[in-house]
Amino acid sequence: MSSIDNNTLKDLLTEKYGAHIGNIEESYGILDLFIKRESLREMVSDLRTAPQLEFNFLTSVCGIHFPERAGQELDVVYHLHSLYHNLRIRFHVLLSINDPVVPTISDIFSAANWSERETFEFYGVKFEGHPNLTIILNVEDMDYHPLLKQYQLTDATRTDKEDKYFGR
Amino acid sequence: MAKVITEGPEMYTGEGYGLTRLDKVVGLARANSIWPLPFATSCCGIEFMATMSSTYDLGRFGAERLSFSPRQADLLMVMGTIAKKMGPILKQVYEQMAEPKWVIAVGACASSGGIFDTYSVLQGIDKVIPVDVYVPGCPPPPEAILDGILKIQELIKNESTGRRGTEEYKQLLASYGIEA
Repeated sequence: MSSIDNNTLKDLLTEKYGAHIGNIEESYGILDLFIKRESLREMVSDLRTAPQLEFNFLTSVCGIHFPERAGQELDVVYHLHSLYHNLRIRFHVLLSINDPVVPTISDIFSAANWSERETFEFYGVKFEGHPNLTIILNVEDMDYHPLLKQYQLTDATRTDKEDKYFGR
Repeated sequence: MAKVITEGPEMYTGEGYGLTRLDKVVGLARANSIWPLPFATSCCGIEFMATMSSTYDLGRFGAERLSFSPRQADLLMVMGTIAKKMGPILKQVYEQMAEPKWVIAVGACASSGGIFDTYSVLQGIDKVIPVDVYVPGCPPPPEAILDGILKIQELIKNESTGRRGTEEYKQLLASYGIEA
């Protein structure tokens, strides 16, 4: 088993998927790839199965909301880890708030199932093909996506606080 | 001379007998044999563990027998943050307790949501069940929890003049959707 580093990984991926990869950055020793959602499934499944890569562990799937980025308000972030090569990689899929759809990877990594449900719950990202895209953490009748920035974090039912002292 | 464990009710005494009201005697017995149900979800529960153990010893007040079944418990002690998802469960536990029953909200979170002024946390358990005594603190020290228990004991001793029979209390229960 030959060990690979970020540079060889970068070369391998740009060679095969160059057209689908936008920016490539590196932070904290981890490669950051900004990719198109169309190529997500193929790349993830390739990274998992390719014998020289073996990214066999999905660390997390999560969302971020940047309301000031017009057309790219939502960022879905995937962390993958190759336990064989002790190498990590991050994928970013930038989405418009008006079209928050991304294909599921829960059939490639079962671990993505609950993470995708959580990301749906908090940011309203719809994972196409997910077997059960429902709320997982909050009360069942939660009717909004609480971590989108337009919603206040504080609870509107609180009665023991004077709004003016707490900037509400 | 015998050590006085607890003051008895006011009595008319004669040689070999004493006369008092039945509700006073029942109140005395109930107040000194509480079976608490600890509903501990976070750090206040840790303080309660100290309250139960030897230094503070809730057993001195007749409440050393914790009940982990709501059906046998007299006192629901809610200690810790209650998420909104936990609210219906807490209410169900309360409904399963037999009358007469009392509720003590220990700590800032159970009383008002505490620092967790956020969309996922219940802003005080009195949003779902009626509360008899609130213990402030974050977390309250064992002394404060004991003080809350003593306040509950006073309520229990005076149960017949308490709020349970009143029309307001029935309305309060109805506002929670709990059958009296």
